[in-house]
Amino acid sequence: MARGTAGLITMFDNFPLWPAQSSTYAGNVDLLYIFLVLLSLFTCAAIFITIFVFSTKYRRRHGRLPEPIEGSTFLEVTWSIIPLGVFLVIFVWGAIIYFQERTPPQGATEVYVVGKQWMWKLQHQEGVREINELHIPVGHDIKLIMTSQDVIHSFYIPAFRIKQDVLPGRYTTAWFRATKAGTYHLFCSQYCGTQHSGMIGQIVVMEPAEYQAWLTTGGSFGSLAANGAALFAQLGCPTCHQTESQGRGPSLGGVYGRPVQLEDGRTITADENYIRESVVSPSAKVVSGFKPIMPVFQGLVNEEQLNELVAYVKSLNQPPAGTAGSTLMASPVTQSQEPKE
Amino acid sequence: MATTANLTAERENYLNREYGVSSWLLTVDHKRIALLYLASITFFFFVGGLFALLIRLELLTPAGDLVMADTYNKLFTMHGQIMVFFFLIPSIPATLGNFLVPMMIGAKDLAFPRINLLSWYLYIIAGTLMMHCVLTGGVDTGWTFYTPFSTAFSNTKVIEAGLAIFINGFSSILTGLNFVVTVHRMRAPGMTWSRLPLFIWSTYATSVIFLLGTPVIAITLLLVVFERAFNLGIFDPNRGGDPLLFQHLFWFYSHPAVYIMILPAMGVVSEIVPCFSRKRVFGYHFIAMSSIAIAVFGFLVWAHHMFVAGISLYSALVFSALSYLVAVPSAVKVFNWTATMYKGSVTFSTPMLYAFGFIGLFTIGGLTGLFLAALGLDVHVHDTYFVIAHFHYIMVGGAVMGFLGGMHFWWPKISGKLYPEAWGRLAAAIVFIGFNLTFFPQFILGYMGMPRRYWQYPPEFQVLNVLSTAGSTILAVGYILPMVYFTWSLRYGKPAGDNPWGASGLEWQTQSPPTTFNFDQTPIVTREAYDYENMPLPEEVSLER
Amino acid sequence: MEQQKHAASLGMWLFLATELMFFGGMFCAYLIYRYSYPVEFGVGSRTLNLPLGAANTAVLICSSLTVALAIRAAQMAKRTLMVVLLLLTMVFGLTFLVIKGFEWAEKYEKHHIPGASFQLSAEDMKGVSVDPENMQDFQQRTQTFYSLYFAMTGLHALHMIIGVGLFLYLTYAGWKGQYGPGYYTPLENGGLYWHFVDIVWIYLFPLLYLIDRNLQK
Repeated sequence: MARGTAGLITMFDNFPLWPAQSSTYAGNVDLLYIFLVLLSLFTCAAIFITIFVFSTKYRRRHGRLPEPIEGSTFLEVTWSIIPLGVFLVIFVWGAIIYFQERTPPQGATEVYVVGKQWMWKLQHQEGVREINELHIPVGHDIKLIMTSQDVIHSFYIPAFRIKQDVLPGRYTTAWFRATKAGTYHLFCSQYCGTQHSGMIGQIVVMEPAEYQAWLTTGGSFGSLAANGAALFAQLGCPTCHQTESQGRGPSLGGVYGRPVQLEDGRTITADENYIRESVVSPSAKVVSGFKPIMPVFQGLVNEEQLNELVAYVKSLNQPPAGTAGSTLMASPVTQSQEPKE
Repeated sequence: MATTANLTAERENYLNREYGVSSWLLTVDHKRIALLYLASITFFFFVGGLFALLIRLELLTPAGDLVMADTYNKLFTMHGQIMVFFFLIPSIPATLGNFLVPMMIGAKDLAFPRINLLSWYLYIIAGTLMMHCVLTGGVDTGWTFYTPFSTAFSNTKVIEAGLAIFINGFSSILTGLNFVVTVHRMRAPGMTWSRLPLFIWSTYATSVIFLLGTPVIAITLLLVVFERAFNLGIFDPNRGGDPLLFQHLFWFYSHPAVYIMILPAMGVVSEIVPCFSRKRVFGYHFIAMSSIAIAVFGFLVWAHHMFVAGISLYSALVFSALSYLVAVPSAVKVFNWTATMYKGSVTFSTPMLYAFGFIGLFTIGGLTGLFLAALGLDVHVHDTYFVIAHFHYIMVGGAVMGFLGGMHFWWPKISGKLYPEAWGRLAAAIVFIGFNLTFFPQFILGYMGMPRRYWQYPPEFQVLNVLSTAGSTILAVGYILPMVYFTWSLRYGKPAGDNPWGASGLEWQTQSPPTTFNFDQTPIVTREAYDYENMPLPEEVSLER
Repeated sequence: MEQQKHAASLGMWLFLATELMFFGGMFCAYLIYRYSYPVEFGVGSRTLNLPLGAANTAVLICSSLTVALAIRAAQMAKRTLMVVLLLLTMVFGLTFLVIKGFEWAEKYEKHHIPGASFQLSAEDMKGVSVDPENMQDFQQRTQTFYSLYFAMTGLHALHMIIGVGLFLYLTYAGWKGQYGPGYYTPLENGGLYWHFVDIVWIYLFPLLYLIDRNLQK
């Protein structure tokens, strides 16, 4: 029954009314949706046409008096019971789908997810880590075990019709089985602050053989910059250094390679060494207009991690898709001269 | 020679009895207080509307290019807070309710006129604090203030906004208290409960929700303020608290709050439809009881906002079932209004057009509520534009249309003047068209997966967003028009006469505008409400002007 | 006049219903946490000063008695007695606030105020054993007890202060002879408010001080 709707879908390829149906229960959800759409259309038509007919047929005309009608208990009971009956059917139908969505099958492969402002960190059972991306094989049950490091987020995959809030201090779970290979949107759907709409990614569904290959080769440990991004967030840097606006620390978007004005009047170029020094010995060079309040990370990060951080800051010169052009760094004075695209 | 116009202008009424600023700011006349509220809520409507326009402009393009992300987050937060707390919740009760409740039951004023004035001042204090918050940095938690973001992570003026809404809550509570006592204790002789206009029944039900629900949001926001100010840990998991507790407490009020917003509008429609069908309303007792049922059941469904929040499967089942129960009384009302037109004598005046608009849009909005109450489907559409479309259909397509319809219906009574009917109908049509163009595409956007509160979005969502923004500009025009012609009518409108619509109801038995104490003598009620079969058709009511 | 009296009474009862919902939210939060963290909350309860709390309960009950007697005095046209009883009510109210002040000062000295300086002493923890790695969680949850303790008793005290202010006015008006057998509505409604604040304390006292003081983990 759910597969029957696939035919309908091709109809709407050019102007889609719903996302791809890519999980086992997506079709069930769509079926209920289409039923409700048809029910609504029918109800609206019935009511609107009735109102139209009554108001035109019985519009004010000379000499015709309105007929006093007080009511009809029979009608009242009928049009209370029938809708209630229909509603209960919808309730049961919705409940059955929900049961399915909230009952992970035995033996599902587990993936751990940590949501934090503003990224998703995922870890496969095999140890592979990903950031903002989840590679999974088609046709396998996947169960997500999720928590948040800070505020409430929500893990939403429209193509799978699944969503689950991710809470700090406890675990929540969600499960799905992908039915079609492809790349699908991953959104954060619980407002979580500045970059809520940037906390997006993709679910990459692959054929099982391809997935095995991916597991064993590259892609697994992420690029240097991606690891740096994770570390950057983990160490709490976004608290002061936000990419879009000035916080307690200068914005780092586009800083690499640019001249930076310091508190003591010097102007230096933000090269790799400068970035490294800013992490291990922040008070050596304080940016003009900012206070020397950055904590010292000497001893808290090793060389490999420093490389990742440097790579990350360098990567901020390319703004991610969909955001405005990079903001100028240096003293807060330049904030008002943000270039607009 | 004294013409009718001159006579009306010379007669003493509540507007010309006393002049001067202090006669308004220190008034205890419920009608003047209603107008004080009208001015204030209109101000907030336009502030909230401005934020809406900015949101829609930003959403014209997928990139975040009009404002910064933090600014956008503040815009949707303050749009929600201002529209919900400072416009919708007071709108009909504090303006039309304050003006009409005493008159409709044959009383001289409300039970506690000075508390009524205090309500307005509390609203103004709250509103001033809110505007100060808006102008000095704003707040970005979303109108829902979810913790721990609002208590421990937001860098904006959460405490100020929370306190503003807290104070505003007391304004609502006192208004509700006034209405309940008034309806219980001050009905004219012969005005039994079964003869009350349905607007009174709706207002009464709304007032019960004011009384029982508002204190809960008050304490919840106060606890959020305490947590931020004194570093407590009531809702913060890092300090032993539970963020879900916040959500339960918050929605325990905020769900009934939506019934506060819609019940009065339903009451207005229940007044308009019989008048312009020249027939008593179909199923009076059922409509009256459905208002009470909605108020009661409305308190039992709050966790349907939390189906994916981490509540148990079994709680979700209970709340979903109850949510379907609460849909039945609303459906009953729609059927009853429709049946009222059967074998009636219908005229398409501006109030009636707004009533039609209400019925149509509320039906669509209400039906989409069925989608959201279905557990399996809600998982997909929760926190997407589908929800945004649903609640705007009800709050704007429903409540605001009801408010505008009521303003047009009672404008002659309030001001003694007639507004220009042709412009009224035109504005109603523009609002209807603009509204649908703005919000219908959002249903599709939501099902496609576009989440709420998104400053930037993937490009495939752009076409629908552009449609929506286009609609919002049309809607804006529709809202500005009544401001213009109502103001115009104050000076140039035709004098209205006591009962231009030939409507039933005690308020139409007095002059327009009414005197300060409403009635020369306390009326004695012997007829049922909506006694249209015994009332002549208002042949003199010309709708061509 | 009869209508006005009934209207005023109805108004006060409705207002008290809203106050019930207001305090109810906090009671609800407290009960939920109490159920979830019985040992931590038990520790919190234990550290509250039972003698002072009990004294406060007695003080408030006496104050409700004096209010009721004051209304009776008004009904019997005994103006002096009425004024004396109203003054006594305020004295009891202020006594309550002073005792509460001592209690809070004690909490400050014992480092039980939630925040950076919060500390549970060995004596507080007597009879309860907690693994060291769970200690931080334990402390946090106990802090939640204190957060709610201060929020609830604080708001209650605020209502007491408002009540005392109200009774200042009522005493003054009563002394001026405004109340008698024919008209004592403000006294009745003020009394209703006072009784309500008293009843909130009657619930607070056992919930915060008395139940499960000595739970073993």
